[in-house]
Amino acid sequence: MYKYIITRLLLAIPTLLGAAVLVFLLLRAVPGDICEIRLGGSGLYADPAEVKLCQDKIGLNDPLYVQFGDFITGYLTFDLGESMWTGRPIGYEIGLRFQLSLQVAIMATLVAVLIAIPLGTISAIKQNTWIDYCVRTFSIAGIAIPSFWLGIMIILGLLLTTQAWFGEPWMPPIEYVSPFEDPLGNFAQLIWPAVATGYRYSAVATRMTRSALLEVLREDYVRTARAKGLLEKIIINRHALKNAMLPVVTIITLEFAFLMGGLVVTEQVFNLNGLGRLFVESVLNHDFTLTQQLVMLVVLIFVLTNLFTDVLYAWLDPRIRYS
Amino acid sequence: MLFKGLKKAAMIGLGVAIGAGFTLSAEAETPKKGGVLNIVVGSKIPSYDGHQETTFGMIHPIRPFYSLLIRINPDNPSSPTDFVCDLCEGAVPNPTDDGKTYVFKIRKGVKFHNGAALSAQDVKATYDKIVFPPKGVPSSRKAFFKMVDSISAPNDTTVVFKLKYASGAFIPAVATPFNFVYSKADLDKHGYSWHMKNVNGSGAFKFVQHQPGAFVEGTRYDGYHHAGKPYLDGYKAISAPKMATRLNAIRGGRADIEFRGFPPKARDDLVKALGDKITVQESDWNCALFFTPNHKKKPFDDARVRRALSLAVDRWSGSKYLSKIAIVKTVGGIAFPNHPLAATKDELMKLAGYGPDIKANRAEAKRLLKEAGQEGMSFTLLNRGVDQPYKVVGTWLIDQWRKVGLKVKQDVKPSGPFFDSLRKKKDFDVSIDFNCQSVINPLVDVSKFLGSAGNNYGSYADPVLEDLFNKMNQEADPKKVRAMMRTYEKRILDEEAHMALTMWWYKINPHRSYVKGWKTAPSHYLNVSLDNIWLDK
Repeated sequence: MYKYIITRLLLAIPTLLGAAVLVFLLLRAVPGDICEIRLGGSGLYADPAEVKLCQDKIGLNDPLYVQFGDFITGYLTFDLGESMWTGRPIGYEIGLRFQLSLQVAIMATLVAVLIAIPLGTISAIKQNTWIDYCVRTFSIAGIAIPSFWLGIMIILGLLLTTQAWFGEPWMPPIEYVSPFEDPLGNFAQLIWPAVATGYRYSAVATRMTRSALLEVLREDYVRTARAKGLLEKIIINRHALKNAMLPVVTIITLEFAFLMGGLVVTEQVFNLNGLGRLFVESVLNHDFTLTQQLVMLVVLIFVLTNLFTDVLYAWLDPRIRYS
Repeated sequence: MLFKGLKKAAMIGLGVAIGAGFTLSAEAETPKKGGVLNIVVGSKIPSYDGHQETTFGMIHPIRPFYSLLIRINPDNPSSPTDFVCDLCEGAVPNPTDDGKTYVFKIRKGVKFHNGAALSAQDVKATYDKIVFPPKGVPSSRKAFFKMVDSISAPNDTTVVFKLKYASGAFIPAVATPFNFVYSKADLDKHGYSWHMKNVNGSGAFKFVQHQPGAFVEGTRYDGYHHAGKPYLDGYKAISAPKMATRLNAIRGGRADIEFRGFPPKARDDLVKALGDKITVQESDWNCALFFTPNHKKKPFDDARVRRALSLAVDRWSGSKYLSKIAIVKTVGGIAFPNHPLAATKDELMKLAGYGPDIKANRAEAKRLLKEAGQEGMSFTLLNRGVDQPYKVVGTWLIDQWRKVGLKVKQDVKPSGPFFDSLRKKKDFDVSIDFNCQSVINPLVDVSKFLGSAGNNYGSYADPVLEDLFNKMNQEADPKKVRAMMRTYEKRILDEEAHMALTMWWYKINPHRSYVKGWKTAPSHYLNVSLDNIWLDK
């Protein structure tokens, strides 16, 4: 197993290198540069000499191989470089947002799992009954409704209902506070985006749980267990559900990786200072160095999440062994 | 009949109250001390250095930490010519030596937040950095001070600016809100980049913390040099890039004010939801929206075609309807509306595209296009991928041009590629273009129309215009300057039709009614020192 994990980690190196080349070249192919936006974007006078000075200072006029060399050697020296926009270390910029994104991703995953596993299981057990139809409608609605739209509706709903009930509209806080400083304030801010994204996420997982469980319930070993007179509860919980979890775990872990950098619109709607918003801002500002490192971070998260999923498979299904 | 008359009078009264920003009630009340002001800011901070940055994303959160030598009058910010001393003493000095020398007396007893005394040497070091930056040191407004010959500080309370020629553009340039006064000791000890990441000012508030991408926090500076101010205990400038978030934040009580401005629909929604808990202040905005034909591309090298494009546009009725959905309103010429150097309505109506008879204008446009052999021509309008006001006005323009038989497509690009097309590739036919300035300083602001200007994208060279601009900027007599401005304007908008103005922007600032003492200014860069704001909660 350890050998397998080490091999997978080594294989991640060419994956990361390939991603690095791709993101480096693609970013430079996009027209426009950060200095034009920074000095001329507000409509104020932008002296061409000042624009050139800015480009020289941040290395935009260096040859591409020099820029790429700096990018790659940064990894060898554990120096991710500085953001072209703020001049601050990229490690600091990312670190500031990582905690929030991680917390939202965990909360959304919890919301999704808490909805998906029970509903998917009930739906499978009560196949083709009104309960099944209700669950399926609920989950299809989750897939159909974009999470950002749901987010907007949640905020509007809160504003309108609180104004109607208390006379003064209320919305979730728009500044992040750490859960260790103010747990209630933190919960009041993050529960809403967690619900908005968790619902969509749960919809996919509910459907997957239902179909996987239906398949497992038709297996011979389940029929044997029933013939032995085992309680249905034990059959479902101990024998069927665990085996049905393999595809569900894949969905959940991949979605988790996606949430770490992909909550772009939801973060905008709830004004969360997370990795998704940083991603958008760095792309809009043409902040090449920051965008590169953010892409690499997301690639790394996906690589590690995939590895984690494979290891989890072995735990869930003892027949799976890696060598 | 009498009722109708009274109703009309009441409506007019209400309109005036809104327009004046409820000035009377604000003046009648006694400021209360205390409270923290929550501001929402729609842009990001690149660095804290006012001398090199150009965005309101920096000005709104950082300006309260700094003082200026002079500033626009915070009690009368709508006036384009009312400047008052901030770090200087008494009134803003009048020039001597035929308008070529300005002597500023610096206040005594002013201290930076680190406790060091502020003197004339600090003001000189600051302006040396802005006006004569050493090689490699950025200074975004160096070009505003072309008229400055030398800066000296003969003693600790006197700063002398010697100009090469008398210029009406000097005082507004000094009042620019980006000209933060830095400590000479900081510049000498830490270098010219230190202020990008560090703050040591003498403004009304002291820096507490900045969480990048989240907020900037300031606390009251008890040693502030304007006695009794600031009234607030502190402030928090919260970053909120989406307009809907900023709007909801004000509605939901998470923020008290936003200084940039909202579209009319957003104002109406807020007022509808909160009634008298919201106060709305409105003002003309020192931002103008143009369209610029690319003179390097045929047929836009032909003045008749450019003139036809301008003649086809019905600005007067456009203003009436667009102002209901977009942040544009006032029809004007190249100088900020109502400034002494701006054209009057009668003067405007003599320019191509400003005449009151739109049918006659469009008939003339068709004739010119026919004469140039360009009847029914097709072209593409380059536009910026921002709704307000770019895409709204761009779509309106296409409809205006359709009325003289032109077939126009719109190519909307995000800011990066948009500026790349304008500044590097220069591959557009006609582009939406804009000019947003802070302090109203028409003599400098109109440099935008020079083919040689760094922010002019028309790709034209017009020596007559360059000559007019130079003469106008070196003329001391205001009457002659005004007459020269008209000639300059006529050449740009009419004779050569190098560029065309659509409308001036209109700034709408709804804020919580308990926010008192703040008056809207004709620019979102202005009047954000926060020292006159108080909360009536």
